Amino acid sequence: MKRYFGRKLLIYVITFFLAVTIDWLIPRLMPGDPIQNMLARAALNANAAERMYTYYTHAFQLDLPVWQQYLSFWNALLHGDLGISTYLFPTPVVDIIKAAVPFDIFLLLPAILLSWWAGNKFGAYAARTKRLDNTVLPIAYLLTATPYMWLGILLAWVFGIILGWLPIAGAYSYTMGTDLSWAFVGSVLKHWILPFLSLFLVGFGGWAIGMRNMIIYELEADYSHYLEALGAPRKLIRKYAFRNAILPQLSGLALQLGVIVAGALVTEVVFSYPGIGYLILSAIQNQDYFLVQGCFLFIIIGVLLANFLIDIAFVIVDPRTRKGMVGE
Amino acid sequence: MWSRNKRVIGMMLVALLTVGLISGVAVAQAYERSETLYVSGAAWGPASTWNPFQPGNLANTTGTLGFVYETLFNYDPLTNTMIPWLAKSGTWVSDNVYDVTLRDGITWSDGHALTAADVVYTMNLAKEHEALWFAPMWNYLVEVVAVGELGVRFEFTDAPLYQEFDNNLYNIPIVPKHLWEWRTEEQITIGANANPVGSGAYLYDTHGSDRNVWLRNENWWAIDALGLTPAPKRIVDIRFSSNNVALGSVIKGEVDLSNNFLPGVAGLADQGIVSTYFEGAPYMISANTAVLFLNTIIAPMDDPAFRKALAYAINVDDIVNVAYAQLVAAASPTGLLPSLSAYADQAVVDALGWSYDPAEAAAVLAAAGYKDIDGDGYVEAPDGSKIALEVTCPSGWTDWMAAIAVISDSCKAAGINLEDVAPDYGAWNTQMQTGTFNMTLNNWAAMSNTPWTLYNLLFRHPIQAQMQSGNFGRYDSQELFDLVDALAAVQTSDIAGMQAICSDIQTIMLTEVPMIPLWYNGMWAQFSTSTWTNWPLDDDNDPSRLPTTWSGYWQLGGLMMLCELELAN
Repeated sequence: MKRYFGRKLLIYVITFFLAVTIDWLIPRLMPGDPIQNMLARAALNANAAERMYTYYTHAFQLDLPVWQQYLSFWNALLHGDLGISTYLFPTPVVDIIKAAVPFDIFLLLPAILLSWWAGNKFGAYAARTKRLDNTVLPIAYLLTATPYMWLGILLAWVFGIILGWLPIAGAYSYTMGTDLSWAFVGSVLKHWILPFLSLFLVGFGGWAIGMRNMIIYELEADYSHYLEALGAPRKLIRKYAFRNAILPQLSGLALQLGVIVAGALVTEVVFSYPGIGYLILSAIQNQDYFLVQGCFLFIIIGVLLANFLIDIAFVIVDPRTRKGMVGE
Repeated sequence: MWSRNKRVIGMMLVALLTVGLISGVAVAQAYERSETLYVSGAAWGPASTWNPFQPGNLANTTGTLGFVYETLFNYDPLTNTMIPWLAKSGTWVSDNVYDVTLRDGITWSDGHALTAADVVYTMNLAKEHEALWFAPMWNYLVEVVAVGELGVRFEFTDAPLYQEFDNNLYNIPIVPKHLWEWRTEEQITIGANANPVGSGAYLYDTHGSDRNVWLRNENWWAIDALGLTPAPKRIVDIRFSSNNVALGSVIKGEVDLSNNFLPGVAGLADQGIVSTYFEGAPYMISANTAVLFLNTIIAPMDDPAFRKALAYAINVDDIVNVAYAQLVAAASPTGLLPSLSAYADQAVVDALGWSYDPAEAAAVLAAAGYKDIDGDGYVEAPDGSKIALEVTCPSGWTDWMAAIAVISDSCKAAGINLEDVAPDYGAWNTQMQTGTFNMTLNNWAAMSNTPWTLYNLLFRHPIQAQMQSGNFGRYDSQELFDLVDALAAVQTSDIAGMQAICSDIQTIMLTEVPMIPLWYNGMWAQFSTSTWTNWPLDDDNDPSRLPTTWSGYWQLGGLMMLCELELAN
C-alpha cells in the first residue's frame, strides 16, 4: 500500500509542476498587454503614461527575461505570494480569491454531492422499473439536455418574478450588511435556493441517466446471470450491480469536485451570484496574468486533491484495487 | 431505543433551526426601504480602490468622487453653467490670475475644517507627482497660494489653457491635507485609500463583492449652506452580472434606478413598466459620442476619399433603429453632443456634411479609382491591391457588437470588404493604443463644459508609439493640432471666439474625415417609481439634474437628483 501511494504521490507532484508551468505560460501567450490595459482604466495622466508604463512593467517584473520571470514566479509562489491583480488593482490576488471562493463552495459542494447521491439512487432504482423508466426518466433526459442558461432564467422568472417567492439576484439581501445574525443566515439561504436548485436539477438528470444505463449493463453481465441462475433474490443481484456501477460515477464525481474553485460561471451570470467564475472571465478578458494564474493554481490543486481522495476511496470501495496492491 | 432518541433529537434540532430562521427573517434588521435607494449600472467588478484620483473604470466605486470627495465647482451640462460648490466664488482678476474664495464652515467628515491649505495642497500634488491626471495643468500654472483661511490664488503663465482649467475646476477632487501629507507617491497616485475621509454628502459604509453601500453624512456642509439634503439615507450600488437580472429587479421595484444598457427598454417604457428621461425616442439623454476611428496610417484609410466614402456608406439609421431599438440618436457629423450644439457650425455641416447615401458612396469610390477588378463584389484599391478590412469593438459589448455588424453589412453593400470582429477587451485596447487596428469604435469623451474635451479625444497630440487616450487612428495634421491648442487657450466666457475656432476645426474635419462620429450613446437610465418619485424628466423644466449614477457624473447633476427625490405614497 505504501508503494501504491508513494507512486501516486510522485505522479501528483510531477503533474502539479507541469500544470503550474502551463498555468504560468498560457496567460502570457494571450494577445494584449496587461499594464497597458491597467493604465488605460486608471485615468492616469496620458502625458506621464510612458513613464508609468515603464514603472509598472518593472514593478510587475514583466521587463525581465522570460526565464527569470518564471523562476521568480515559483519563488513567490513557494512564499505564498500570488501577486497583485492588474484588473482589480491594487488588490492582492489572494484577497480576491478569498472573498469569492467561499460562495462557490457553499453553492457547488451541496449541489454536486446531493445531485450525485440522489441521481445515482434514483437511476439505480429506475433501471428496469418500467413505470419509472417510462415516466420520470424522460424528464431526467429533458433536464440534463436543457440549456442551463434557459433553465436558470426560467426558474428565476417563475419563482422570482411571477410567484415572487424567492429573490432573483445576489448571495444575500441587498438590504443588509454582513453582520452575522439569524436574519443574515436566513437571507443567505433564501438566495441560495434558486441557484442551488438549477444546478441540482441539471446534475440530477445527468447522474440518474448514467446510473440507469450502467445498472442495465451490469444486470446483463455474466455474474448477474449466474446469480440469477443460482436463484439469488432480485434485491441481492441489484445490490451487486449497483456496487459495480458506482465506480465510474465516482470518477465523474471527482472531476466535478475538483473544479469547484473554478466556480459556476453561468449560474453566477444568471443569478448575479458572486463567485470566482465571473472574475476568472473578467481576468482573462483583461489579460490579468496574476489573477488568472492564481485562480488556476487553486483549480489545479483542487483537481489533484479530488483525484487523490478518489484514489483512496477506490481502495476502500473496490476490492480489486486492494488485491492489486497485495499482488505487487 | 437510543437510535430512536437520536432521531427525535435530530428532528427537534431541525425544527428549532427552522423556527429560528423564520423568526430571524421576521425581525430582520434590514435597511429601511423608505430610507434606501437601490441603484445599479456603475460598477462592473468588485470594488478595488477609493482613491479619488482614480475615478475611472478601474475603481468600481462610483461616488468616491462626488459622494466622498468634492470639487471646487459643480457643472450643469444641460444649461452649461458652472455651479459654485466648495468654492463660494471664482473670478479671473486678470488674464493670468484666478481667485477662488471657499465657503466658510466646510468640514471634513472627521471634523477638521476644510481650508485654503487643503486646496493648495491638492493642486500642488500634481506638480510633484507627474502620474496624476491633472499634472499637465502645471505646464501653464506658476503657483497656487493660500490667501488667508479661505482664499486661493492661481497664478498662470502668459498662456493658460482656460478650457482645460475650467474642466479641472469641476473634476479635481480636493483631499484633506492633514490625512494625506505623510503619504508616499505610490499611496497618493495608486493607493487603494480604504476608509476614505472626504467632505461630501455620503460616507463610505460598507462594501461586498457585488455592492457598495454609502451612508448619508448628516453633518454635510451643504445641508445648512445650500439647504440641500439628499433624500436617501443609504445608497446601495449593486453590480449585476447580467442584463436580465438588472431588468427584473427594476420591474420588481427592488432597484430604483438602473444605469445599465438594457435592450428593449423602449417597449417597457411605452407600456409604463419603467420610466425614462424622454417619453419617446431616444428615451435617454445623449451622454457621449460613439466615434468610428479609422487607422489613417494604413491604406486605404490614409485616403480622404475612401474615408468620405465610408461616411456615406454606413447606415446610421439601422444602428439607431435595429442595433439600439431607438434608444439612441444619430450623431451630427461634427460629433458634438446636443448640449454643445452651440459650437457646431451649421453652415459647415450643410456644405460639407454627410448622411447615409450608398449611391454617393459608390460615386466617391469610383471617382477616386476604387474599382471591382476581379468581380468578387468588392472594390480593389486604385493600385489594384485587394481590400479586406476589419471593424472592431470589445467582445461582450452587445450593443456595439450589433452596431459593428450593421457597419460591416452596409459597407459590404457599398462594395467595401469589411468584417466585424470582437476581440477580448484587453486585446481590443492594446490594438487601439498601439495602432494595429483598421477601424474601431470609441466614446471616451464625457459630457463637458467645452467642445475641447471631444477634440482632445479626437485629435490628441503629439502622436506617440502608444496613443492611450485619443487620436487612436493617428491622424496627423499640424494645422488641426494648432487649432485645438488655440481653442484650449480661449477664455470659456468668449463664446464667439470658441465658435470661430470650432468652425475652422469642423471645416477640416468634414473635408478630411479623419474619423466618423456615428451616434450618441445614451445616458442609460430606467427608473421605478414604486418607492422614490420626482426623478429627472425632460418635461419638468428643471434641467439641473441627471438621472445617473455613473462615475464622474455626481457633480454634473447626479447629486442634485438625489436631493430632489421624494418618497412615493
